[in-house]
Amino acid sequence: MIEEIITSGRMNPEIDPILHVWGWEIPFYLFLGGISAGLLIFSAWFTVRGKADRYPTAVKITPLAVPVLIGVGLLALLLDLSHFWYFWQLFTNIRWESPMSWGAWTLTLITPLSILWCAIWIEELFPKWDWKIKEVKAVVNWARSKRDLLAYALILLAVILGMYTGILLSAFNARPFWNTAILGPLFLTSGLSAAAAINAFFSKDHKEKRRFARIDVILIGIEIFLIVHMFMGFLSGTEVHIQAAEMFLGGEYTVSFWVFVVGLGLLFPALLEILELRKKFIPAIVPFFLIIMGNLALRFIVVEAGQASRWLY
Amino acid sequence: MRYAMTIDTRKCVGCSDCVVACQTENDVPLGYCRDWIVEKTVGTYPELSMEIRSERCNHCASAPCVRTCPTKASHYSDGGTVMVDPHECIGCKACIASCPYDARFVHPEGYIDKCTFCLHRVQDGMDPACVAVCPTKCMTFGDIDDPNSTISKLLATRKWKTLIPEAGTKPKVYYLL
Repeated sequence: MIEEIITSGRMNPEIDPILHVWGWEIPFYLFLGGISAGLLIFSAWFTVRGKADRYPTAVKITPLAVPVLIGVGLLALLLDLSHFWYFWQLFTNIRWESPMSWGAWTLTLITPLSILWCAIWIEELFPKWDWKIKEVKAVVNWARSKRDLLAYALILLAVILGMYTGILLSAFNARPFWNTAILGPLFLTSGLSAAAAINAFFSKDHKEKRRFARIDVILIGIEIFLIVHMFMGFLSGTEVHIQAAEMFLGGEYTVSFWVFVVGLGLLFPALLEILELRKKFIPAIVPFFLIIMGNLALRFIVVEAGQASRWLY
Repeated sequence: MRYAMTIDTRKCVGCSDCVVACQTENDVPLGYCRDWIVEKTVGTYPELSMEIRSERCNHCASAPCVRTCPTKASHYSDGGTVMVDPHECIGCKACIASCPYDARFVHPEGYIDKCTFCLHRVQDGMDPACVAVCPTKCMTFGDIDDPNSTISKLLATRKWKTLIPEAGTKPKVYYLL
């Protein structure tokens, strides 16, 4: 047998022996960004479809969490910057080829719009609400008069936000495990699924609960489909892509991915939701909790595994 | 003008002089390196073949680090060298993740650092520190757009390879075989 031994004299911190420049901050931010995108898409979509009163939780209540989720996500993102005091450079540059730049600008647009969106629903949920400042009142009134337009803008921006959380990683051809176009749609679908689970859990209305449980089961089906295709793509790819897939097919991420993400985070909660739709009693918190944890685990494992996968030379 | 480097794998003995020269010239922080030695041994004892390479940033003509940088901190400079401007770098590390050669690192001061082809020396008419100090003279630096340069002649007359050309980066450090 011919052996090959490669010895490198390089030992740069965070680079060697295995790349680890991104810790918890990035996957946590991708997780919050995905959920925010999902909540906004459902809220805006059912608004323009004229179903705001039929699905009040999804349209009016859960999106109120979005500015907080985006805020916490942004904080995590800023914490990750190693040259923090120059962060403003993100907003003095527009770089079309850089997903990071797309993300910064999408967040810059979506954050104020999501706050306006919440303001509209706060007025409706609390009829006695008083903004106290005349200018704020005027802006909210203006936003309400353009509600559908705002909804379309939010759908577009939220789809970009949800997709970009995956594209951010898939744009790196240096990391074979990330280098698949499936990650964009996978993360968008997963964010929508988490949002559907949140809506189903927090809704007090039986019909709305069932509607979102059904949507979630469909979304989980799409996620499984995308995951299977992702691995099919890797296995029919080049040597480095096959090796990237092997980290999940017998390698060190096998148990964490297939048990915690696919098993406990997708298949089992989908089964529980199906049983619930068939009128079996399932404590609502169980599928909700499992889907949220599966969502988080997916992003942590993908960010970690991508950094561990590399070209061979 | 396109600056490039050749490294003769038949002459390199892996002495690490280039590594130390770079660290000294560029004040590279302790524990870090902008260039490094890779030894690749193939075969079963006693039938062995060995390749020794001094590696560094490839100053790619199609650099993924420049593409993924959200602030233009990573940019092309004189002669197509890839440089990082610390005053524009936010430390997002996208460029590190995008480099298939893992040639970049986070400087302890927070910005991203890597080989500059010693552009400050080159602009003064000198060779990069690693090239200047090499005891076996295995490295050549020059302009590959000038057909009369030593490097162009070497590339025209010797067999060579680049590292991971399939990554599509168009690297400009050539290894003579």
